[in-house]
Amino acid sequence: MVPDLLKLIAERAERLAPRTIRFMEVCGTHTMAMFRSGIRAMLPPNVKLLSGPGCPVCVTPMGTVDAALEIVRRPGVALATFGDMVRVPGSRSSLERARAEGADVRVVYSPLDALQFAKAEPRRLVVFFGIGFETTTPAVAATGAYARDRGLSNLLFLVANKVIPPAMEAIVAGGEVKLDGFLCPGHVSVITGTGIYEPLAAKYRTPCVVTGFEAADILEGVAMLLLQVVEGAPRVEIQYRRWVHPEGNAKARERVAEVFRPCDAAWRGLGTIPMSGLEFRPELRGHDAVEALGVEVPPELENPGCSCGEVLRGLIEPPECPLFATRCTPATPVGPCMVSTEGSCAAFYRYGER
Amino acid sequence: MDRILLAHGGGGSLTKQLIRDMVVARFGNPALAPLSDSALVELPAGRVAFTTDSYVVKPLRFRGGDIGRLAVCGTVNDLAMAGARPLYLSMGLIIEEGLALDDLAAILDSAKAAADEAGVTVVCGDTKVVERGAADGLFINTSGIGVVPEGRNVAMERAAPGDAVLVSGPIGDHGVAILSERQGLSFETPVASDVAPLAGLVAAVLDAGGEAVHALRDPTRGGLGMVVCEVAEACRHDIELDEAKIPVRPEVRGACDLLGLDPVYAANEGKVVVVCAEAVASSVLTAMRAHPLGRSAARIGRVLDGAKGRVTLRTAIGGRRVVDPPYGEQLPRIC
Repeated sequence: MVPDLLKLIAERAERLAPRTIRFMEVCGTHTMAMFRSGIRAMLPPNVKLLSGPGCPVCVTPMGTVDAALEIVRRPGVALATFGDMVRVPGSRSSLERARAEGADVRVVYSPLDALQFAKAEPRRLVVFFGIGFETTTPAVAATGAYARDRGLSNLLFLVANKVIPPAMEAIVAGGEVKLDGFLCPGHVSVITGTGIYEPLAAKYRTPCVVTGFEAADILEGVAMLLLQVVEGAPRVEIQYRRWVHPEGNAKARERVAEVFRPCDAAWRGLGTIPMSGLEFRPELRGHDAVEALGVEVPPELENPGCSCGEVLRGLIEPPECPLFATRCTPATPVGPCMVSTEGSCAAFYRYGER
Repeated sequence: MDRILLAHGGGGSLTKQLIRDMVVARFGNPALAPLSDSALVELPAGRVAFTTDSYVVKPLRFRGGDIGRLAVCGTVNDLAMAGARPLYLSMGLIIEEGLALDDLAAILDSAKAAADEAGVTVVCGDTKVVERGAADGLFINTSGIGVVPEGRNVAMERAAPGDAVLVSGPIGDHGVAILSERQGLSFETPVASDVAPLAGLVAAVLDAGGEAVHALRDPTRGGLGMVVCEVAEACRHDIELDEAKIPVRPEVRGACDLLGLDPVYAANEGKVVVVCAEAVASSVLTAMRAHPLGRSAARIGRVLDGAKGRVTLRTAIGGRRVVDPPYGEQLPRIC
């Protein structure tokens, strides 16, 4: 199957040569899967894959990390978050360093774990630092709803959850990088369905293929995108048929909508994108850590010299950043793209030729 | 008396009772029996291999093993990887006040069983009790002594171009088993730790391959990727691994996919990586497969001419990627 797909890709790319075709893989899981299987090097020279903004750790602004640090330094607070977030540098420290200094930082795999902490330790204020996209948000919503319904007042949330389509649109609308298509995220689309990509194909004439995460899925997704380019007929197609249905998971979306409403949100590297973030609805405000604790979330703030923003916009590849593999390594990360297992800098560092 | 009290570490009669009932009752042997300041042992001819390791695993008991078995196997395996026959162990226990005596008994039973399995004797030890909060249940340190027979020279530097790289079985079991039991990790997997003493398997490898067995490593923390990188760096030759040939249980692969981990970097406690001359590779592989701990042994790569000391992996779909040493704990995927 893989050799057949590679042949198909080569034939279609040949028909487009010498034009260079640039596709963006939106999802960090795609980036990682491609490096692990060595796909980038197997593609024809005129087919380039760019990493997009779909690594939730990477797009979380430094100011939000600073807010988490301010929260966890308060007495009686335990902050629970996903592992990668612990190592992301804020402007002066990281949660990892704060933990070493005595702060109660706990790594969890699900917001439900934070719920368990809050129930087991009623005198502690447990703050769940939530990041993630459409795939992760329903679990945060369900946890928030539980806290609201049971009056679990010692469980708060630092919500940095985001939605993907506005960021994709911001990238094509910005025009900084000429894209010939998107490999759309398979897991996100399980929840959202595929309607969210229609404007990209219709208004911006950008081909979209919702793609799975096995090597053969990704190759098939690339082959399908190439065909759309050859035919000059941008549309939304599903490669990941075994999981994704056009209508998505309406129930999960309802759970999210009961708890969250859209708001403007800052993305690292992309700036503030209208209606790209989520905030609690008024009846859950009591569980919003920023509001309840009166924390300042500093606006967009970047680490000088760090090019994560350009990497996230697809403008440069990680090795083009002057800090890459010199000052910034997985052991001493300067930017989040070097921390997250799904970040493209970490993927280039770990699996790429240096 | 059902829990460890601070007084158990006080050096008085309660300490004596603990050592008599818990330690001597299980490990009793002529070298340990006098309970004097030092154990006196005889060593056969050869170079002495001496190693130490501390065990702080959490949780203390996990699917497939516990800290007692781990503390014996880990040190036995470090000796075996030097080509030594493991002979004697010391065992130092640092116990947190409040540990259930039943738990301690079960852990020491399991350590004793592992020592018997490995053919080693625990000849000396120490017991300390620290106040609640100063340790996490139980920490164990073991040191081990073994002997490398005359003429045997197993060392990473000896890996040479053309050598075959073998592994004794599926990788990543221990890492996934532990991860699945950590507090705050809400997934369950049937994967059990592979923790096992490798001295017998290594003896079979050395019998079959003799001097043509160049290097032995047990891929513990950092996994297969880590030790293969270390061999490449030490021998200053490139090594190529073949992903399709590396045995990984489907449930380990599934758990790794779920957590965003790479099985190549997941921990093992009962596997050995063998680098040997191509001429003996088949017979070494046959010998490994004849041993209960090496049934699914596989040839997974080879040492190349290249002198950069780099490790590459031919991926299952025919791509190629660099394998670098990992840089710390593997972190979960979050979307």
